[in-house]
Order: sequence, then C-alpha cells, then structure tokens
Amino acid sequence: MSVILDNLPALLIALPILGAILCPVISRISDNVRNGWVLLISALTSLTCLAVAEKVFAQGALVYTFGISAINQVIPPDSGGIPVRIIFVIDQMNAFMLVIAAIVGFCITVYSISGISRLSGKDGFYTLLMLLTAGVIGMISTGDLFNFFVFLEISSLSGAALVAYRVDKGVAAEAGLKYGALSTLGGLMFLVGIGLLFVQYNSLNIAVLASRIQLTNLDIIAFVLLFTALAMKCGAVPMHFWTPDSYSMAPSGVTAFLVVSSQASLYGLFRICFTLFGAQINPLTIGWVIIVLGVLSMFIGVTMAIPQKDVKRLMAYHAVSQTGYMLLGVGVGLAALSNMNMFESAGMMALTGGIFHIMNHALYKGLLFLTAGVIFFRCGTRNLNQLGGLGHNMKWTMIFFMIGALAIAGIPPFNGFASKLLIYESTFIFNPVLSVIAMVVSILTLASFVKVFHSMFMGPVLPEYSEVKEAPKPMLIAMGILAFLVILFGIFPQQVIDFMVTPAATALVNYPGYIHAVLGGV
Amino acid sequence: MIDNLPYFVVAITIILGIYTILIRKDLIKIIMGLSIIESGVNLFLITIGYRWEGVAPIYTNAPSLQMVMPTVQALTLTSIVIGVATEALMLSMVMLIWRHYKTKDVRKATKLQG
Repeated sequence: MSVILDNLPALLIALPILGAILCPVISRISDNVRNGWVLLISALTSLTCLAVAEKVFAQGALVYTFGISAINQVIPPDSGGIPVRIIFVIDQMNAFMLVIAAIVGFCITVYSISGISRLSGKDGFYTLLMLLTAGVIGMISTGDLFNFFVFLEISSLSGAALVAYRVDKGVAAEAGLKYGALSTLGGLMFLVGIGLLFVQYNSLNIAVLASRIQLTNLDIIAFVLLFTALAMKCGAVPMHFWTPDSYSMAPSGVTAFLVVSSQASLYGLFRICFTLFGAQINPLTIGWVIIVLGVLSMFIGVTMAIPQKDVKRLMAYHAVSQTGYMLLGVGVGLAALSNMNMFESAGMMALTGGIFHIMNHALYKGLLFLTAGVIFFRCGTRNLNQLGGLGHNMKWTMIFFMIGALAIAGIPPFNGFASKLLIYESTFIFNPVLSVIAMVVSILTLASFVKVFHSMFMGPVLPEYSEVKEAPKPMLIAMGILAFLVILFGIFPQQVIDFMVTPAATALVNYPGYIHAVLGGV
Repeated sequence: MIDNLPYFVVAITIILGIYTILIRKDLIKIIMGLSIIESGVNLFLITIGYRWEGVAPIYTNAPSLQMVMPTVQALTLTSIVIGVATEALMLSMVMLIWRHYKTKDVRKATKLQG
C-alpha cells in the first residue's frame, strides 16, 4: 500500500495511458465492458489527482523523480548537482490545477458515455480522450521543460484528432486541421525556446534553469518564443482564431475538456513568467503585456460572441472572453509585484481572483458546453434561429443552463461572482479603467446569455421539437455534479479560497520556494 | 565562422518553411512547410548539442564523468517521432477535407467563418 502512496504522481499519467492503450483491446469484448473500463480508469485517475492534491495542500510541494529506488534522491550524487532524470514537481499551484482536471475529467467521461452513443468508432474516441487527459495532467505536473513540450504535443495531437472526430461533412476535419497545424507551429516555437535555454544553461529542469537564468539576449528571445506559443495555446486574443472553430466542432464533452487543456497552457504561461523568469524579468512590463492581452481577449471575445448564431460558437467566444479575466487578474498581480505596497493592497487579491477564476471558469463553462451538447444531441441543430420552446420538455437542462449562464455573467449566488468581485476590487485599486472594462464585459456577457436563454428555452413548443425528451441520465449526472459545484463554490467562496486558491497564489509568486523544493539547500 | 555554418542552415530552413506556409495555398504544401520548419528545429537541436572533441557516452569505453550528456540527441529523437505523428494526423485530415469538399485550396476550404 505504501508503495502505491509513494508513487502516486507516477500513477497520475500511468493510469490514463494504460487505460488508453488497453481500450481498443477491451472494446473487442463488448460496449458495456468498455464503458465500465473507461469509467473505472477515469474515476481512478481523478481520485489519484485529488489524493495528490490533498497531500500537497497538507504537506507542501511534492517532488517525484522517475526511475530511482530511493524516493528522495532527486539529484544523483554523481551528476554534478543537476537533476538528470525526469521529475514531477507538484506545488500548491499544480495541485490546484490537478483538482480542476480531476473534476472536469470525470464529469466529461460520464457525459460522453451517452453523448457519443450514436457515433461509430467509440474505442478510438475513448483512447484519444484518455490520452488527452494524460497530456493535460502531464503538462500540469511536470517539472521539466522538454517534458512539458512532449505533453503539450500529446494533448494537442489527441485534441486535434478529437475535434475532427465527428467528420461532419469535412467541416470538423477542417477545424481539427486548423487546431493541429497551429498547435504544431506553437510547439515548434516552444522547442526552439527550450533549445535556446538549454544551450546556455545545460539543463532542462525548470528549477535549475530558474536558479541560473541571467536574462541575456538569447533568454529574451527564448522568453518571447515560449510566451507566444503558450498564449496561442490558451487562446488569448491576437491568436484566438482557432478557439471558436475547434470548440464548436468538437463533441461537447471534449470541448469541456479542451477548456481545461487551454487552461493547462495558461498555467504553463504563468509558470514561465513567475517561476522560470521570476527573478529576472521586469514585472511591470510583462505584467502590462499580460493585462493588455487580457483586456483585448475580454472585449473582442465578448463582442464577437454577441452576433453568433451557433450556440457552441457563441460559447467559445465567451471562453476567449473569460480567459481575458484570468489574464487580467494574474497580469495585475504580476505588475503589482514591482511595488511591495501595491502588491499587498491589490496584487495578491488580483492574483487570487485570477487563479480562482480558472477553476470557476472550468466548472461553469464546462457546464454550459455540456448543456449545449445535450441540445445538439436531442434536437440535431445548434442554430439559435431554429431552436425554441425547449424549456417545456427539458426542464433540468434549462435549470443547468441558467446556473451556468448566471455564473458566467457574475451574478451573486454563483461562483463566477466570487472570483470576478476579487478581480474588480483589486483592479480598481490598481487602475480603475481596467475594472470598468471588466464590468462592461460582464454586462455584455449577461446580455448575450439572456438572448441565448430566451431563444432556446422560452416561447411556445415548436412543432418539430414537441417530441424532444429530457437528456439521458449519464448526461444529467455529469451536469448535476458541475452545477452543484458551481453553487457550492458560489455560496462558500471564502473556504475554497483559504483552502486552495491562496496557497496556489502564494506558491506561484514564491519562486525561491519552488527552486528550493527541487534543489534542496543548493 | 565555420562553426556557425549549421546555424545559418537552420535559419534558412526555418525561413523557407515559414515562407511556404505563408505563400502556398495548397493544404498539403502548407503541411510540407510545417515539416520543413520541423527539420530546421531538429537540426538546431542537434547543432547545439554537438561538443567539439567530446566523448560519446558509451559507458564501456568512455572515461567516467567526461562524457557528453546525450540529452539533446534524445530530445531530437523524441521530436522526430512527434513530428511523424503530427504530419500523419494532419495529412489524414486533409484527406477527409478532400473527400468532402473536393478541394485542398485554403481559399476554398472555408466553411468555418464568423
């Protein structure tokens, strides 16, 4: 038993990869056995994530080295002070991201059991889904830049294949190709950046690099390459054009997890800014770059969302807009680091708000995409002009949609309000204009979702949808879990912040702590 | 100067790849452009890993602690494998697009807009 507990971080990616490889074999037996296998692996992976996160929140950062006999021997004695093996570093920030991946990962697996029941090639779908999970969890927990690149590519490739899964007369293949090509380009930029860092400091380990980095000209080029690649992968505005295509064409369960995959890239972006270059960059400049990206994403995302006719495309633009809030919060936190008084009054609160918003966004946006998926599943269209009157037959779906829509607009008893309030308050101290923009975007978001709600659920029953039934049970369960958490985090935000978010924000700012956790006293 | 020659080749290869992506309108040629960039990046990785007069890390013959760390070579192998997978996946998507749209021109394969 203690062997398993000691090696939990390895199980984080070993379980989904094992599940993925065995899935096509098990599919040969029968559909039900395969569904059981997928659910089992997904539940075990999520439990492992939660167990690791619980351990980290209780005991502090966890460093796991692959391929050694003694657990604590991170730096081999004959290596000259460099951790030569692949290591996983899980501090409070990583643990926070793991919790998100665990919750959403399990919900979308349950959802997909009935969500793709009418499509063919299910064994391939589940294999890719588990590979995507492995990629995302690997990106979150690795402590090595090259390893990060490998997991980034695993998640991009399986993500692109999943986007193209419902070929849909070639349209989904087009979206998948766009996603795949852009991810590859981003990945190659990332690889060049890694090469530039490796040639100067002879290491790929984030902690070793962070302790040695000098900010030479090559480092600045590397920083720009890494930053751009990750900003593209998380869908910040000048590089957002792949998001609406791939989010709207992917099966809905997958879309909900692609949101988490973008957020893993967002985490990578923050790790690069705060930890890898934490000691060297000018926080004010980089902070403002992130703030500008955030404000652009917020505003352009929401204005592009308003005229959309396709409900998932509309939600995808809202996802871009919400990513803007996270960038804004964390950007203000980084910019405020240049001035200690400012950091204590506004920076920490902004950082907490931005990080809390990552979790809230994953929950309510996942919920919204899942409700959109139910409507597509039952009605066969996502066009808002053709839908109407669904509230009579799909009461639960309507309630879940309302919860998600109110949360994304930041209405009080739901979780979106809790994190948005933190962002408003702190950005108001930092710079009032930013806070006004953030509120205006929130109002536009509400307006847009009122329109969607009205055109989908309200009005008389349309004749073509008079026979529409409520969503199947697995879908309702998945949406129910997410909706419950949205309300729970909205009613008790302070407990969540104290338990998870503040430690995560502190760990993100504290780059010497990260270096110390890996290199020990060196 | 002669030491830096590989870097010039890297730069030329990557620029050629970017040029291909930007100028060509054929989906297959765009993927070829990506592949050219990838070759450039792989060459870059191999170049930075080369140490003049280094000792290959073959444990039976090399004096201990004076070997070259083969990290970069390992990275390049990984990156080549990833590249093969990426290109196979993207070419199969182009195949699907061709089957349904009867075109592989980027200007015509644009059903997703707005």
